[in-house]
Amino acid sequence: MSSSFAWETTVGEISLEVNGAERRVPARFTVADLLGSLGLDARAVVIERNGTILRDRSSFAMMDLAADDKLEIVHFVGGG
Amino acid sequence: MAHADLISPVTIADPHPLVIAGREFRSRLMVGTGKYASNVQMVDAIETSGAEVVTVAVRRVDLDRSKDEGALHHLDPDHYFLLANTAGCYSASDAVRYARLARAAGFNEWVKLEVIGDQQTLLPDSIGLLEATKTLVDEGFKVLAYTNEDLVTALKLEDAGAVAVMPLASPIGSGLGMLNPYAIRTIKQRLSVPVIVDAGVGTASDACIVMEQGVDGILMNTGIAAAQDPVRMAAAMKAAVEAGRNAYLAGRMPRREVAVPSSPTIGMLGS
Repeated sequence: MSSSFAWETTVGEISLEVNGAERRVPARFTVADLLGSLGLDARAVVIERNGTILRDRSSFAMMDLAADDKLEIVHFVGGG
Repeated sequence: MAHADLISPVTIADPHPLVIAGREFRSRLMVGTGKYASNVQMVDAIETSGAEVVTVAVRRVDLDRSKDEGALHHLDPDHYFLLANTAGCYSASDAVRYARLARAAGFNEWVKLEVIGDQQTLLPDSIGLLEATKTLVDEGFKVLAYTNEDLVTALKLEDAGAVAVMPLASPIGSGLGMLNPYAIRTIKQRLSVPVIVDAGVGTASDACIVMEQGVDGILMNTGIAAAQDPVRMAAAMKAAVEAGRNAYLAGRMPRREVAVPSSPTIGMLGS
């Protein structure tokens, strides 16, 4: 997993993979911070972190992200 | 009595409303939300269709686009029953993963389960479908299983706890109509759970003929969304599903190889 993060991160930043793309966020960034920075409403999305669904939205503001976390942020789109 | 009262149409109720897993639905027509030219057109078409069950797919949020493509901003969850699908999943484990994500959205524990086995035909993988059905039923999901028109697979899905079985009329998006009415009738006759025909309906007559087989409902997407005028086609599909249902309940006349006159043969004038 760490092999895909070849670059050096700035001090105080960590690298994540969000929906298949690398992103750098400040250390101590929470899940709520990430959603806020992406302009997303927690109620309108579902987040899977390292293969586990985060069910408790009220915990997002206290949940620190960790380096190399792999996140999937999904929602409902048109489909049959 | 006003004259209008004498000619007002009689409302003929369906003696057996559609009930799936104990929940009654107001329409036998279920519709998808994909492939519309715009969200406005989608909402207009769905409203016109009279459908209550509306399917949606689970996909990554596009983080690099400012435009919100989420379906929920356009569909009121209080007015429609959102049924998440696992479209695009090619393995039981993928389908289970998508179903879990959909349930975590917090609307319901129902899923239209698709496990696709072939990219060209989008035909279901019966083995993966059965495996995923068992897993999800164990986890408390209400599984509506999209399957082929094979009776034995349908029976196994019912045994595995599917709350409805959804045989295809013809491949997804093909618009070919019902290719095997015998198989659809057989599945309906042998299963206890509702049978909802899913996929392949291309126009209103297709929908009518499907309902005339006695099935409990139809789910369609492309048949409406890919019409030249989707809103008008939605109206046609609504009428066709109701017509087909009524024709089935009415019981059609026997087919005859010879003509039988409709008017009296006595009382004709002398020559």
